[in-house]
Amino acid sequence: MTTLQDPPVAVEASAAKAPRRFHALIGFGLAAVVLFALAPVALGDFRLGLLAKYLCLAIVAVGIGLAWGRGGMLTLGQGVFFGLGGYAMAMHLKLADAGPGELPDFMQLYGQLDALPWWWKPFANPAFALAATVLLPMLVAFLLGLLIFRRRVRGAYFAILSQALCAALAIFLIGQQGTTGGTNGLTDIQGFFGYDLNDPINRRMIYFIVAAALLAVLGVAWQLMRSRFGELLVAVRDGEERVRFLGYDPANVKLVAYVVAAGMAGLAGALFVPAVGIISPAMIGVVPSIEFVIGVAVGGRASLIGPALGAIAVAWAKTALSEKLPSAWTYFEGLLFILPVVFLPGGLASLAMYLRRRRSTSTEVTS
Amino acid sequence: MTLVLSQLFTGISIGAVLLLIALGLSLTFGQMNVINMAHGELIMAGAYTVYMLQKVIGGAGFSLLVALPVAFVVAGLMGVLIEVLLIRRLYARPLDTLLVTWGVSLLLQQAARDLFGAPNVQTRAPSALTGSIHLTDDLAISSSRVFILALALIAVAAVTVVLKTTPLGRRIRAVMQNRDLAAVSGLATGRVDRLTFFIGSGLAGIAGVALTLIGPIGPTMGTNIIVNAFLVVVVGGIGQLKGTVIVAFVLGIVQSMVEYTTTVSVASVIVFVVIVAFLQWRPQGLFTLRTRSLA
Repeated sequence: MTTLQDPPVAVEASAAKAPRRFHALIGFGLAAVVLFALAPVALGDFRLGLLAKYLCLAIVAVGIGLAWGRGGMLTLGQGVFFGLGGYAMAMHLKLADAGPGELPDFMQLYGQLDALPWWWKPFANPAFALAATVLLPMLVAFLLGLLIFRRRVRGAYFAILSQALCAALAIFLIGQQGTTGGTNGLTDIQGFFGYDLNDPINRRMIYFIVAAALLAVLGVAWQLMRSRFGELLVAVRDGEERVRFLGYDPANVKLVAYVVAAGMAGLAGALFVPAVGIISPAMIGVVPSIEFVIGVAVGGRASLIGPALGAIAVAWAKTALSEKLPSAWTYFEGLLFILPVVFLPGGLASLAMYLRRRRSTSTEVTS
Repeated sequence: MTLVLSQLFTGISIGAVLLLIALGLSLTFGQMNVINMAHGELIMAGAYTVYMLQKVIGGAGFSLLVALPVAFVVAGLMGVLIEVLLIRRLYARPLDTLLVTWGVSLLLQQAARDLFGAPNVQTRAPSALTGSIHLTDDLAISSSRVFILALALIAVAAVTVVLKTTPLGRRIRAVMQNRDLAAVSGLATGRVDRLTFFIGSGLAGIAGVALTLIGPIGPTMGTNIIVNAFLVVVVGGIGQLKGTVIVAFVLGIVQSMVEYTTTVSVASVIVFVVIVAFLQWRPQGLFTLRTRSLA
């Protein structure tokens, strides 16, 4: 048998919904307290800004958890959607910085243009730009997913295609220096819808927006996972042909999960821009895209909160280690890809699940 | 006309490089359904082998000749090590293997950085391969490109002969086509896997030797070229050498033509769109192994 699908990774059966709903509410409450009360008090402006960046990565991770952990689609190209969202937001902010009728600074600098390219123009409208940050990635994911899933391209093939897409987009953006800023990307963003981003108070505000977005995304993912759709998605992952024989179209199920994950990545990219102040091809190529996946693998791909926590932990470790020992970080990152995936495929979340199971053996667990 | 011919040859030589890289990849991918992300770093190992040998031996031509078998063995042994230590444990989880081998590639890149330094290093090309061959007055092709093309064709021929005529090749094909049946028939599939990995990874080493003739050697040389090689394998079809050969050259020619008529940056997107369109027609790749399995 040549099967390109991975066998199931331990997932809790959806028995006992009522108490789990209660637990989930407590979990959301705890997360809200930590994000909105503890972190802003405990962390200084600089660290809080870093946390905002990590939370953006966590939003991407929640989407990957849905597509890969639940749906079995290893997407190595989330950078594309992150980048589309980020560029859509950055284009608007650059235009707003420049003022009406003016060209963004980098276009004047490279001196190739005397008028705004037509595809920049709609982004001057804030409502269009905001909608585009999420809808544009979803549209691209929809078209690509439609073509790929309908023809039953899956497993490693899908992973390679998604990776090739982000390689192509990165090369494309680098080549269009006059209109996209090329390798430098869109940098030096000053304002966010009229608020000055150099003001620490406004940077704190950005943090709160990112934190709220993360909670919202977690809520969406939770709702999707516990719905009938969520069960169908897991079923498609574990036995696509069986689902087909039962009369469902697996392509549609996968498509929805993929598109939702793309929307989350787009949202994360859009928030990343004001939080960090830059978006460039270096954040959307092959390497950053696969780095999005590592936090998900470490935290627990099939769980709800695991990917988010894993992404935050890995991003934090990267900052902490690469500040001091850049070479050690690469070794550590390599081991992060190897050890958890080989020895703990369910991630840290499965460790927690294992401990909980030892306390009460009544919880039903499939493996 | 000259222009078309020279673009055509550029395309063929891009295709030859792709083919050399994808050849080993298609063997290992076909064997265990595993995309070895560290394949690019095995290429890097082959390239650094040339660099080291040139330091020890000196003569550019002789060290290149010696490097071919040495790089084959070095990269092959590294591949076997990866297979024995990691890939074999994840046999039933191909997607996880993809991530794990990516981790291996990071380790190897950093190891190269620590051993040889982060900047790219240069090797001297043998004098016979530095000039160019004049076909007509205004059509010249560089002799190193011709050498790579010849090397790629010889590698394909050698692999074909091994697969089609030797007992080892028969075993490899048996395991590729139906692992369970091969095991039931008494084949030691684990041993066959290791040998396939040795050959596939060794071919990556050879590709690395070839790449020293046309570009710099550096820790990240593997990641830059590997994505297109993966595409070649996917589009060509699993475990199908002829698919890999055809697709490598077609992709190379398409890329060079599109790059010439537009720009490199637009070409990357167009080539991707062409590939997705192609997969609408042949989702399993150009040539497929006919089986009754559903997957």
